[in-house]
Amino acid sequence: MNFKKINIITGHYGSGKTNVSVNMALDLAAKGEKVTVVDLDIVNPYFRTADFKELFGKHDISLTVPTYANSNLDIPALGFDMNGIADRDGYIIIDVGGDDEGAKALGRYKPVFDRYDTQMLYVINRCRYLTKEPDEALQLMYEIENASGMKCTGIINNTNLGSETDSEIIHGSVDYADKVCRAAGLPLVAVTAKGEYLDGIEKAYPIKVYVKKLWEEFAEEQ
Amino acid sequence: MAEKSLMKGNEALAEAAIRAGCKCFFGYPITPQTEISAYLSKRMPKVGGVFLQAESEVAAINMVYGCAGSGIRCMTSSSSPGISLKTEGISYIAGSDLPCVIIDVQRGGPGLGGIQPSQADYWQITHALGHGDFHAIVFAPASVQEMVDTVTKAFDLADEYRMPAVILADGLLGQMMEPVAFEDTEIKMSDASKKPWAACGHGNKRKHNIINSLYLKPDELEDNVRARFKRYEDVKAKHTEAVSDYCEDADTVVVAYGSTARLAKSAVEAARKEGLKVGIVRPITLWPYPAKEIAEACKNAKNVLCVEMSMGQMVDDVKLAINCSKPVEFYGRTGGVIPKPAEILEKLREMGGKN
Repeated sequence: MNFKKINIITGHYGSGKTNVSVNMALDLAAKGEKVTVVDLDIVNPYFRTADFKELFGKHDISLTVPTYANSNLDIPALGFDMNGIADRDGYIIIDVGGDDEGAKALGRYKPVFDRYDTQMLYVINRCRYLTKEPDEALQLMYEIENASGMKCTGIINNTNLGSETDSEIIHGSVDYADKVCRAAGLPLVAVTAKGEYLDGIEKAYPIKVYVKKLWEEFAEEQ
Repeated sequence: MAEKSLMKGNEALAEAAIRAGCKCFFGYPITPQTEISAYLSKRMPKVGGVFLQAESEVAAINMVYGCAGSGIRCMTSSSSPGISLKTEGISYIAGSDLPCVIIDVQRGGPGLGGIQPSQADYWQITHALGHGDFHAIVFAPASVQEMVDTVTKAFDLADEYRMPAVILADGLLGQMMEPVAFEDTEIKMSDASKKPWAACGHGNKRKHNIINSLYLKPDELEDNVRARFKRYEDVKAKHTEAVSDYCEDADTVVVAYGSTARLAKSAVEAARKEGLKVGIVRPITLWPYPAKEIAEACKNAKNVLCVEMSMGQMVDDVKLAINCSKPVEFYGRTGGVIPKPAEILEKLREMGGKN
């Protein structure tokens, strides 16, 4: 995957943006790069990038989260100094909340993003209800663009059915992703899945699953 | 089998309601269930239904009261503090023998509490959903797929017995993503014309129907309540549900429902690997309460462990189910803290060591 200075990850909620963001951050950190992850989710009360504070800490990845993320307060306030964040050395990964509602949070920072080498990647998942058809995925992308006042620059095919993902599901999504890319006039930047499912897939970008249920995590530790 | 999709719990509850023939939704936003409203605001108009964001929870439940009286399948959803506000309306609905579905995606309490997952509405939902002698059917699903399946059941049973049905979820179930399939199911009794009691227009062809919970003569009210409780016996006999695993030879049996049962089951499986004889029984309906099923699952056990995301609101019901025949211990977290499988496993080790 080609990284830019600022990498904005957007898409349908449940498309897997957070897991993609976490993987990108760890990938860059493993290459010795400096990385800052920004949790810009104003939609989800919990299950978000802010959950990965400990993991990021181990890999020297900076994490910036909204003041009240994961607290008992339902206040999606964003008090970020985005200029200051963007000025930092290294790469910035911005995990945006789902749908057009989540993308609204981007607009106010557009002047900052415009000053830097920025890409906005739209994450799609063919298994996700209501974006199973290329037209539906495309429509949502336009809604996100309208809400944010920004344009997507590439597409990540992160098709997954949670714990029931398999090779067939990934291979079955290639045509879908191709149709979305063609209709949007955008390049396919990556196909993200566990490496074992990616045989013969172009633009394959193997990832691990970090977003897990507590009982899944526990069963794996045992 | 229908193709599976990845869905968020709240979204799946909303879609399941539409597929179960729900035509009207009245709600008021509150975390962690707002996705139900958000989803239905987009979907309801597309299926010729009504989505209405009321001015408050009190207004929403009374809209459900009116709508249910006309025989149309309707629903409301909220989270803990919002359910407290709805209880007066729910009592009126029960007192008027009307069917409806109420979803509670629980958060921490009391008061405003917090927005993180909790099961501290157990007492309110199963024992005190409003004033007066009445019950609601209460389902406690443990997965996104089971939430979908129980929504259909809830609508059908609500109509069949003319009573409210509740889906008792929590923030964890509402916010998590899991694969689900929607099977094409036959929608029973969704049509108001099949409900002879519905106030849906008599067209000068029949006597008008009255929706009412006020009885001027005490004996009339008593008769009415007794008739309702007779119907409850039928619900108990036919629709009590629980599922148990590894209980046959278990020395310790865990009782847990909803998302906590998922956490507890992973602890039980880990304990089994360590050679501890433990099992788990999970109530699927919390009213009617599966007392017989729990007693059966615990019959060979030396002790019982109740695990909840509360201060132990279900413990007394477990004790009653087994007639206090063996010790019932409790492990739980509250205030929005989720009990970790490792913590439950530790408790199981401790209890196994006592034998």
